[in-house]
Amino acid sequence: MSRIDVNKTYKLFIGGAFPRSESGRVYEIKGANKKFIANPSLASRKDLRDAVVAAKSAHPGWANATAFNRGQILYRIAEIMEGRSEQFVDEICALEGVTNKVAKSQVEAAIDTWVWYSGWCDKLSSVTGSLNQVSGPFYNFTSPESLGVVAIFAESKPSLLGVVRTLAPVLAGGNSAVLIASENYPLPAITLSEALATSDVPSGVVNILTGKSAELAPWVGSHMEIDGVDVAGLSKKQEEELKLVGADNLKRIFRFNLDNHPERILSFMEQKTVWHPIGI
Amino acid sequence: MIIDGSEGSLKKFLSDLPPVDQVGAEARAAMLSTRSIKTTSKAWAIDMAISMVDLTTLEGADSFGKVKALCAKAVRPDPTDLTVPSVGAICVYNDMVKIARTELDAIGGKDIPVAAVATAFPSGRASRAVKELDTQDAINAGANEIDMVIDRGAFLSGRLGEVFEEIKIIKELCGDKAHLKVILETGELVTYDNVRKASYLAMLAGADFIKTSTGKVAPAATAPVVLVMLEAVRDYFALTGTKIGVKPAGGIRTTKDAIKQLVLVNETAGPDWLNPSLFRIGASALLNDLLMQRMKLRTGHYASANYVTMD
Amino acid sequence: MSGFEYASAPESKAIANIASSYGLFINGKFVEPKKGKSFTTINPATEELLSKIAYADKLDIDLAVKSARTAFTKVWSKMPAKERGKYLYRIARIMQERAREFAVVETLDNGKPIRESRDTDIPLAAAHFFYHAGWADKLEYAGVGSKPKPVGVVGQIIPWNFPLLMLAWKIAPALAAGNTVVLKPAETTPLTALLFAQVCQQAGLPDGVVNIVTGDGITGAALVNHPDINKIAFTGSTEVGKAIARSISATKKSATLELGGKAANLVFDDAAIDEAVEGIVNGIFFNQGHVCCAGSRLLLQENIADEVLEKLKKRMSLIRVGDPMDKNTDLGAINSKEQLNRIHEISNTGDTEGANRWSPECKLPSKGFWYPPTIFTGVSQSHRIAREEIFGPVLSVLTFRTPAEGIEKANNTMYGLSAGIWSDKGSKVLWAAKQLKAGVIWSNTFNKFDPASPFGGYKESGWGREGGRHGLAGYLTSDAKAAK
Repeated sequence: MSRIDVNKTYKLFIGGAFPRSESGRVYEIKGANKKFIANPSLASRKDLRDAVVAAKSAHPGWANATAFNRGQILYRIAEIMEGRSEQFVDEICALEGVTNKVAKSQVEAAIDTWVWYSGWCDKLSSVTGSLNQVSGPFYNFTSPESLGVVAIFAESKPSLLGVVRTLAPVLAGGNSAVLIASENYPLPAITLSEALATSDVPSGVVNILTGKSAELAPWVGSHMEIDGVDVAGLSKKQEEELKLVGADNLKRIFRFNLDNHPERILSFMEQKTVWHPIGI
Repeated sequence: MIIDGSEGSLKKFLSDLPPVDQVGAEARAAMLSTRSIKTTSKAWAIDMAISMVDLTTLEGADSFGKVKALCAKAVRPDPTDLTVPSVGAICVYNDMVKIARTELDAIGGKDIPVAAVATAFPSGRASRAVKELDTQDAINAGANEIDMVIDRGAFLSGRLGEVFEEIKIIKELCGDKAHLKVILETGELVTYDNVRKASYLAMLAGADFIKTSTGKVAPAATAPVVLVMLEAVRDYFALTGTKIGVKPAGGIRTTKDAIKQLVLVNETAGPDWLNPSLFRIGASALLNDLLMQRMKLRTGHYASANYVTMD
Repeated sequence: MSGFEYASAPESKAIANIASSYGLFINGKFVEPKKGKSFTTINPATEELLSKIAYADKLDIDLAVKSARTAFTKVWSKMPAKERGKYLYRIARIMQERAREFAVVETLDNGKPIRESRDTDIPLAAAHFFYHAGWADKLEYAGVGSKPKPVGVVGQIIPWNFPLLMLAWKIAPALAAGNTVVLKPAETTPLTALLFAQVCQQAGLPDGVVNIVTGDGITGAALVNHPDINKIAFTGSTEVGKAIARSISATKKSATLELGGKAANLVFDDAAIDEAVEGIVNGIFFNQGHVCCAGSRLLLQENIADEVLEKLKKRMSLIRVGDPMDKNTDLGAINSKEQLNRIHEISNTGDTEGANRWSPECKLPSKGFWYPPTIFTGVSQSHRIAREEIFGPVLSVLTFRTPAEGIEKANNTMYGLSAGIWSDKGSKVLWAAKQLKAGVIWSNTFNKFDPASPFGGYKESGWGREGGRHGLAGYLTSDAKAAK
């Protein structure tokens, strides 16, 4: 008899821990070949609430870390992913039904995305800030600061790259994140969380939920502690509904169409302008 | 006692004073200079300013004749209009004190004080003994007010005790015979923090007046400097119950300048200081401009310099 | 005369040629509104009628948007950028030439002291045009990529607190970036916008590039909801800002929102006290406190609270309240009866909730809308007067013991527009500036504005920035944002 595989239990990632949904619910994920792969957690609004609490409390530490330090940690994520790339490739093949070569190139692109954003962390102020020449004896400068807690609805495909290209810019800007993995392709997100847990990302800076976007979107929209949302994985209609309730605390809600662009970072940052007199 | 007289307690007191923000102080002074003083308030202000003028001549070329002419002008600034008040004082070098006092007494100006600059004015660079003698000499000659200069070198190099001692000694010489005005020479102190510290130092040492400048150094009585000194006398009064006077000198040449000074007084130290016993303006050319503006207000047309006396 | 009482020094009204009625400015001409409705604007200091103003409804908005669209596609977006810039320079110069007229009209319509409209509002408005004129042919350096494009037709809605200045903040960057605009001034302060329309005519600005539609909130809503608007730029209350965000949630429209505030003004014990007192006064009594970024929550470090309060009260008793046209007036009229009622309503909760009210003695005119400079001491974070935007000359005073506590209290609000820091210690200032969650931090100064300086809020104080390169970017499309 051949060896029986030890299958992975896919759980949520909240505050650095891997809990099951408080609701006890799971749902079934089948591969491209229609075969059962896993029963990930079906996150509830209470899991969302817990994830936001974790993200909120992790935010100050992450935002106040030096940009150089954040850059190193993002680079560390790339290193850890590189070591686990086989696992990601296998998951992508099984889920998306793509060839090994296609899956591998997606994993490589995802790793390179972390590297790209890693390098942005300590250049944002230089490139997008400004020293403003006001008419008067004042020193006046503008620099970007993190927004706070950003929720991300990850795209379904590419299942890994879709997660990384939304998550990495949010972290690069110093925000903490609550990422809702795509309903049908959630596994690479959870495997990514295992990489995150071992790559010096402070607990709570990234929180990953699996489940149904349609169920969670209204709760994300109305949660007053969420400051921004990347709606990449939502439908047009869901986006509109989320914007309607998100107006209650004027959430910054965006969808992007270009990969790897600083606008993805800056959209979830605030520009702060400081005045100070110049005198003796 | 606010301080016990030791240099340590003096330094501690001065370093505990709140700092002055240059930009903020200048902005406040600039805002006050936008006050628009018209009609009746202008007439009131012009007469008040005239009564506050320390009519000054401090030239190497000063002569008895020049000083006598100044005295005449001090008593009756506009011989054609006897409603014009006399000026606040005459301010001269100490060798001119006697002639000024005698002349004023002779022409009906008994109430006009003679102020003598002293302590090696304007530089203050002389030995303590010379400074004391300089002062004593002026008092002996009949000076009613002594305008001493502080030792800016000592102040800037941190020898605050020395500056304090010197003022105290001069104050003792003045006794009840003369009022003491202490010239800070703010143009050499440079920062408003220094102006504030020197103002307090002078007040603690016994100054009756603090005065901005000798008139020999620019910048002199700028609006923000006067603002900071007025804040100092206001706060010193709150602290001690004693009102100290302020005398800007140097650079105040026009009626507009003078009225701006009065606005500064009114909105900083307060109306109590709008009095020649607590506010003086050290000037020479200013008086004629005040007289011309006064004529303009009275007659309704612009005055000519030909109608004010040139001395 | 006893003492130094400043005789009245009124600015002459003669320079203000206010017409008895005004039409809508659409497609370069003043036109009557389709339905012929109108409303009036009064001088809030005297309640005298100033003029009759056309009321724009949906039909008029549609005409204005059409004219802006045509001007956008046929003229303005095709014009060489440097020529576009020259129009803005012309506008800036004409505004400078007519500065006194603008200042007088602004003060008559708004109630703000002539000193402020003369020295702040009008020069800054002209400066905004001058600054943005220079951007017109340099957009590729504005940080939004090498081929920035205008957004299109922008609907702009401005408040009554700085009528002409807010117009300049809106129109100057929009035009520099190549957009055309339909602007709705506030109902109670339409006059300088209409005067500005004349400036556009004098400058020979192509028809339809700037359209001014007057009216009320319904007019504004019609503008927001017009299907051919690409972007909304709004300055006003957070409540209306949220309503706009909802209105455009299912559209492709983008928005810049400059909303309310409840700014903390923190005074540390090492501050330059006299200048801090000036800053506190300027922070809350500038423009009668009708300032979204007003320093309306004074946070004093406890060990200097008594000293600062004593000096503040002395200083407040020097504030000259009264005729806005008098050059010596520091605090003018409240802009409207409605606003006065609102100030009364919220301030009165200060009394009922147990805070201590203090105002200096001051005689308020019998006609017009007035509120004395007021401070409340003994205020706690839970009081309404510490949380809600009063938008009037009312200051809530709180205390803190440590820098960390000061920051915590300062940030304990849904707003995040501005904040003030008073300290003589550089490292503390920079530390506090970093901790404060607000878009504009004034350290050792307050209520300073400049065309080159981005302005805008965190949290529920709004979206985006106005002014500087960052403000300009809001009027250009970014290739990274999805076309929605």
